[in-house]
Amino acid sequence: MSTIISVENLGKKYLLRHQAGQQPYVALRDVLSDGMRNLGRKLLGRSNLTAYGTEQEEFWALRDVSFEVKQGDRIGIIGRNGAGKSTLLKILSRITEPTTGRVRIKGRVASLLEVGTGFHPELTGRENIYLNGAILGMHRTEIKKRFDEIVDFAEIEKFLDTPVKRYSSGMYVRLAFAVAAHLEPEILVVDEVLAVGDVQFQKKCLGKMEDVSAREGRTVLFVSHNMAAVGQLCVRGLWLERGTIKSHGTVSEVVDEYLSDGDTAAGVRIWSDSESAPGNERISLLVVRVRDHLDKVSTQLDMEHSFSVELEYQIHAPYAQLRTGFWIYTVEGILVFVAGDNEDPAWRGVKRPAGHYLSRCRIPAMLLNSGRYSVTVAADIQGSELLFLQHNVLSFQVKQTGPTVLDGAQRSPGIVRPSLEWRVERVGEKER
Amino acid sequence: MNDDLQYDLIIEPGRGIRHYWHDIWCYRELFFFLAWRDILVRYKQTAIGIAWSVLRPFLTMIVFTIVFGKLAKLPSNGVPYPIMVYAAMLPWQFFANSLTECSNSLIDNSNLLTKVYFPRMVVPFSSVIVSMVDFLISCVILVGLMVWYRFIPDMRLLVLPAFFMMAFMASFGAGLWLSALNVQYRDFRYVVPFLVQFGLYISPVGFSSAIVPEEWRQLYFLNPMVGVIDGFRWALLGGAFPVNWPGFALSSALVVLLLLGGVFYFRRMERNFADVV
Repeated sequence: MSTIISVENLGKKYLLRHQAGQQPYVALRDVLSDGMRNLGRKLLGRSNLTAYGTEQEEFWALRDVSFEVKQGDRIGIIGRNGAGKSTLLKILSRITEPTTGRVRIKGRVASLLEVGTGFHPELTGRENIYLNGAILGMHRTEIKKRFDEIVDFAEIEKFLDTPVKRYSSGMYVRLAFAVAAHLEPEILVVDEVLAVGDVQFQKKCLGKMEDVSAREGRTVLFVSHNMAAVGQLCVRGLWLERGTIKSHGTVSEVVDEYLSDGDTAAGVRIWSDSESAPGNERISLLVVRVRDHLDKVSTQLDMEHSFSVELEYQIHAPYAQLRTGFWIYTVEGILVFVAGDNEDPAWRGVKRPAGHYLSRCRIPAMLLNSGRYSVTVAADIQGSELLFLQHNVLSFQVKQTGPTVLDGAQRSPGIVRPSLEWRVERVGEKER
Repeated sequence: MNDDLQYDLIIEPGRGIRHYWHDIWCYRELFFFLAWRDILVRYKQTAIGIAWSVLRPFLTMIVFTIVFGKLAKLPSNGVPYPIMVYAAMLPWQFFANSLTECSNSLIDNSNLLTKVYFPRMVVPFSSVIVSMVDFLISCVILVGLMVWYRFIPDMRLLVLPAFFMMAFMASFGAGLWLSALNVQYRDFRYVVPFLVQFGLYISPVGFSSAIVPEEWRQLYFLNPMVGVIDGFRWALLGGAFPVNWPGFALSSALVVLLLLGGVFYFRRMERNFADVV
């Protein structure tokens, strides 16, 4: 198959300005005052510093990134927050210019970077379909032709003439995805849209993307923290870390490598400065660790012993209904279970005063089958607000040390490996 | 690099220009969709809706007629004062609205700028289109005024589109400057309303440019709207308002300069919009 995207030595540099209380945009006042200051310096024969007289620091969001994408490929781009995934997509979809290198693309690129971009809340579903189509580069005739299909896919027939501000968030996402998915670009760029929407629709979207790519030979670039979605949809993976490519290959290789990466494989993850730590002004996460049955921090766990997952965090402002918890996923991205620390009866419904906390969850022996698992941690105000959500902070390996009664030395299939109670009785003497 | 030819699109630092005008053509429908959206949205949840675009110039016209015509007793060269004011109010309102809408257009659409690619010039352009719709609606009032005062324009009316083009170029040119500047320096959020308010008095809207002393007349045409307004009056009201042609030429040259400069500046700033806005 022919190459449809070729990226060579791509780099994107941002200048970070260090000045206390700096606004994200430049105020004319600053330009003028800095200009005057520089002029003053020049007159005094002390020309130094940068153009604006403030300290600037270069930051390479992407550096020397080169790869090729073949037609019909579905590539999953994975990496931590700030690894340069979104910057890469922004360059590919021409929202921002690269600083170095070049990209060559065959065909039209459509990006589905965020749900409902270009939707106007006051306009009806019908009007928004046309508007959004136009923004994504569709022609009116093209939209008209596919209008019914879009409405059908989004399942919003009844609400077509309702302003979208009255839509539920699920309907909103469905409509947004439907428009973009029917765009028929040669290359579809998707960034984290599936984070919202119900599971059923997520499946439908993945199915649609798979369909679009397999049947019509279109190329999909998919960015997600959801390893299940990446694993399911993509054929190839691209792992970015600190602006460079860390690994590139088949999706299962890359995802496995990503999950067993140094940081996550240590059995403990510590956020030393509160700036970068997950959280907000109410709570910040400090440490996540996995301990084996002997309370040793470890990533190698024995199936036949219990182990525990610990979250250490700081609560800055007291909140009722606050809870922390975690999700356990398999390498394939299948959710095994969710645990929340509001299960501790001592704290159930009790307001937690500010302070340093440790939530510890003991996971019993004979629960997880052998294999690699990843931990995603989160905190929320129960039933209302998510405080932080951090994907894949850690991973650990569950091992089968001895032969099991069930399958001997072999791994039994399945995600869980419970030790179940069986009772076998002979209830009759004769053959029936 | 021969194999470049196989590719439809090459993204390189500073490479945007080659496809730019072609892209604008491809996205021509987006102009109208954005304008259509703004018009649809603007008067939703307002009680009298589109009537606002008529009411504003109409009320200003009444105030100006009373203040300048009745109280200050300025000359109107035999034309009913309201008609004289309104003939100038049309291009001025168009210009002022375009300026206001354009300057905020990029920031209002920042969610689009940071998420989707399209030639950014589409955004201020569609703002001018929206103001043009207002302009066309408020033309109805002028027709009404002319009927009321039994005033019949002559053949010069046929030249009006040319003057309208000039107003359009001035609006778009200034709009490009202000929209790009506003992204970079939010100060312009405060500058623009002031500029518009100020401009209403230093442009000959409430009075005729003929009352400006002769020795200052040429200088007065440095305000490009003076040329536009004089042109409108000449085309609509006939011989009572002769155009000062050298002055008009100066205004026209400035309008062209404003537009070209605006396009150039906008193009230069455009590539950073997504990073800055």
